[in-house]
Amino acid sequence: MTRSDASAPEVEVSALARHFGRRRALAGVSFTLRAGDALALFGPNGAGKTTLLRLLAGLLKPTSGTARIEGELLPGTATTRSRVGLISHHSLLYGALTAAENVAFSARLYGVADPEQAALRALDRLGVADRAATPVRLLSRGLLQRVSAARALVHGPRVLLADEPYTGLDAAGAAALTSVLQELLAGGTTLILVTHQLDEGLALATQAAILLRGQVVRHDHTAIADPAAYTAAYRALVRADAA
Amino acid sequence: MPPDFFAAALIVARKDLAIEFRTRSAYFSALVFALLAIVVFYFAWDRTAVGSGDLAPGVIWVIFVFGGLLGLHRSFGVEMHDRALDALLAAPVPRESLFVGKALANLVFVLGVQVIAIPAVFVLYKVPLGIEILYVIGLAVLAAIGFVAVGTLFSSMASNTRLAELLLPLLTLPFFIPVVVAAASSSQRVIAGRPLAESMAWLQLLVAFDIVFVYACTFAFPYTLEE
Repeated sequence: MTRSDASAPEVEVSALARHFGRRRALAGVSFTLRAGDALALFGPNGAGKTTLLRLLAGLLKPTSGTARIEGELLPGTATTRSRVGLISHHSLLYGALTAAENVAFSARLYGVADPEQAALRALDRLGVADRAATPVRLLSRGLLQRVSAARALVHGPRVLLADEPYTGLDAAGAAALTSVLQELLAGGTTLILVTHQLDEGLALATQAAILLRGQVVRHDHTAIADPAAYTAAYRALVRADAA
Repeated sequence: MPPDFFAAALIVARKDLAIEFRTRSAYFSALVFALLAIVVFYFAWDRTAVGSGDLAPGVIWVIFVFGGLLGLHRSFGVEMHDRALDALLAAPVPRESLFVGKALANLVFVLGVQVIAIPAVFVLYKVPLGIEILYVIGLAVLAAIGFVAVGTLFSSMASNTRLAELLLPLLTLPFFIPVVVAAASSSQRVIAGRPLAESMAWLQLLVAFDIVFVYACTFAFPYTLEE
């Protein structure tokens, strides 16, 4: 598949399942995303959202089913992994290193030219360039999250996996992140966004899915026109599942 | 273009050393332990019963193992805090290169402690400072290669558990026995002024251990990370 083949799926997940011992974390999840698509994944804690992202990031192997990124079966080669970016609800940063050092370290691992400058550009994009020389252990949760996003974006991923990227962000931070994600989507990046904040997720999503007990119980293949109705439907599904 | 195997290993080693240089927590802990052990052994030493040439090798290799363990524990501890390990594993570099990078940083750590501890033992225990000290330092380098290969592998395995601090020594110490026996026996003979030929079998054992365990641990490493 070539980058010019716009109709080819960027992310293709087919009957993906993952068990941890006897516990089923994910079962029969399938979806397809093309360049520029944004899938918002919602679900209560323990629904399997993070497991799905870890499978797509190559951090876990599936029990059954397949996942492909740009046609290549995961966990894939180094080239495949270089096209993926991961924002986790953990910062994935080293507390003793500065924000710039953390991002530059990631840039080096992805083979980005001039990693120091690339790190500063990424931090600037997330509005934290003024904290570049600060050890990240001294940053607030929100600033840490912005540096974490800069780390995930420094190599210009084609597929971005974002697990609770809004955690700890204030209004300005959330707006900065949303603006960056919108830019990425406009540039053809494919986004899979896991969030509990339905408004922010739906504002970006071209598709939305609800995971309950490892299964997709609702998948809308177009942007949600009525977020309030969707939110009400989501809450009803979660309530019914918990009952 | 992602870095090749050795470039990726050097990037990881450089990052680990930068963290250790910034915090200096494990290095100073290991150094203080080493100097304390040297002093404790010195005051417990009955000079009328044991010669310095018989005691010094034992002191050196006790410090080597237990001081080194402090560094090995830190090696994957920094990766588990805020799950930085996930970012490493998702990076487009071979997982074996991550192992080599971590092992290189551990090697620098272990040798960094020994470069102070070995001369301190020689001075305090009044071991003649001749060619012997160079030989013992050479032995420390050989022993450290096998030591960090095994230790880095088990550090990655133990770091995923809640009992990492207990498990790491329990898992590694049996594997360190050949290294310590070979290094201690060899250095004891050299310090006692025996011919080098008497130590050759021990040296060969150390080299064989290094070759086998560097290869085996490098290729086993990716399997220790699977959930």
